[in-house]
Amino acid sequence: MKLQQLSLFLENRPGQLGAPLEAIAAEDINILTLSLADTAQFGILRLIVREWEQAKQIFEQGGWVVKQTEVVAVDVLDRPGGLAGALAVLEAAELNIEYMYAFSLRRDDKAILIFRFEDPDRAIEVLLEHGLHVVEAEELMRHVG
Amino acid sequence: MSNQDPDWSSENRIWNRSAETLPREEIAALQLERLRAMVERVAQVPFYRDQFKHAEIGPQSIRSLADLRRLPFTTKDDLRRHQPLGFLAVPRKELARIHGSSGTTGVPTFVAYTAQDLRTWSELCARFLVAGGLRPAHTAQVAFGYGLFTGGFGLHYGIERVGAAVIPAAAGNTRRQIDIMRELTPEVLICTPSYALTIADTARELGMDPATLPMRYGHFGGEPWTEDMRREIEDQLGLQAFNNYGLSEVFGPGVAGECPLHDGMHIQEDHFIVECLDPETLEPVAEGEPGELVITNLTREATPLIRYRTRDIARLYREPCACGRTTMRMSRVTGRTDDMLIIRGVNVFPSQIEEALLRVEGTTPHYLIEVDRPGTLDEVHVKVEMRPEIFSDRMDRMQGLCEHISREIQTVAGIRAHVDLVEPRSIERFVGKARRVLDKRRLND
Repeated sequence: MKLQQLSLFLENRPGQLGAPLEAIAAEDINILTLSLADTAQFGILRLIVREWEQAKQIFEQGGWVVKQTEVVAVDVLDRPGGLAGALAVLEAAELNIEYMYAFSLRRDDKAILIFRFEDPDRAIEVLLEHGLHVVEAEELMRHVG
Repeated sequence: MSNQDPDWSSENRIWNRSAETLPREEIAALQLERLRAMVERVAQVPFYRDQFKHAEIGPQSIRSLADLRRLPFTTKDDLRRHQPLGFLAVPRKELARIHGSSGTTGVPTFVAYTAQDLRTWSELCARFLVAGGLRPAHTAQVAFGYGLFTGGFGLHYGIERVGAAVIPAAAGNTRRQIDIMRELTPEVLICTPSYALTIADTARELGMDPATLPMRYGHFGGEPWTEDMRREIEDQLGLQAFNNYGLSEVFGPGVAGECPLHDGMHIQEDHFIVECLDPETLEPVAEGEPGELVITNLTREATPLIRYRTRDIARLYREPCACGRTTMRMSRVTGRTDDMLIIRGVNVFPSQIEEALLRVEGTTPHYLIEVDRPGTLDEVHVKVEMRPEIFSDRMDRMQGLCEHISREIQTVAGIRAHVDLVEPRSIERFVGKARRVLDKRRLND
């Protein structure tokens, strides 16, 4: 039910983003989605790739600091209030969202969102209880592949 | 000197009980008496004669120890300008030995000893060696260089003075050192702290566990080292490591050394007056605060110095030690005044930044302090290399880390610093002494 996300530490200066992306591109690893959180001085690049174990190794060998975390993909209706409804469920259950970002592609009438929860297992439970669709890794990969 | 303590089995053996446990007021009285005599003696040395004349002071000016502050300083430059042996306070024919400082910055400076000086020096070394475990029945291996450098001979004579056996192995040829250790089973090792780690590495290369080497006590000095290094040396070599302090300009090793409590080094106050001053204002720092050690010889005959500015940064403590010694203690040397930065009027030593980083797990050993003055105010950036242990995918955690480091720097060094997290291996590596400071203000001048 959970997706493996890789996070990279990058300094916030020109050219820093390209090098790690080139390193995995050279091994034919495609980025399914990414998000970048940054300050004026540094940034955290978060990536979802199919071959995350291989990518992690490439980053480590390239000297980057990389961290693997579990995130949850949820699809919500791609219409006004779609996301708000999902958030209301999480809020009611007092689940803390560390951060979230949108998946880069839609599927039918749904948008996929990536959530980083403090407690991903409990979040999945709550989402399922409320009839929300948690996207499995295989399903996601098949879909984007 | 007397040997009043008959109990050699005690861990806390004091070599010269009468001198090392003298009540504080008697130490002060002895220092005053010796300082007066010293001022009278050095008035024969042209450098001091001129200085005293210029400042209109003389032996009669010393009425209390506080009057020490009226005396002029002696710097390394003064010594260089009066080479060779311009500071001699006895006729040349009375000399028994001449040593020299390493002279890393140019002209070597020579220091001289009378026969009495050599006896005094042996006594000083005997005190810290005994405080650090050496007993008459022991054998000690000296892996210091023998030569102009004061380390080898100073320790050698101190060991002999205690009545122990010396193996003058001298520096270098580490495999041979290890062979000697295995064959002669010395209880005590004497060398620089970095050489102790080289011995451990070499032993491992030879396929042995360095902890199985016979030494139980180690006396390390001659270069600055840290508590982390002490732990490493002790763990790897399976011995108790003792720190000692000295510099050839004021005698050599023997100015101060640790007791078994390892809580600072006891200063041999019957032979030296050690002051701790702000290197900029030259005013005494508050007790326990870091400052430059300034040392006055009280007993040296051949080349005694008044208020020698060591450029070593340390702290002084006057509270009594549980070992029974009454002497003032000094912390390990945490830096050199040459490294000191003045940030918006506050003196900051790189070692303070390091101390702050040590409080935040995972942030050492690679950091760089950058100082700049973009407008009219100094700005400090402390660059810390990111490591997997401290990295988080959460921005709040990362910002919290920066704030945490910044708070610790504020606490330890009293300055506000920007903390820049940088990528691994982006800070230049050095083979020898790491360069921790980049002062762009100087570059812009």
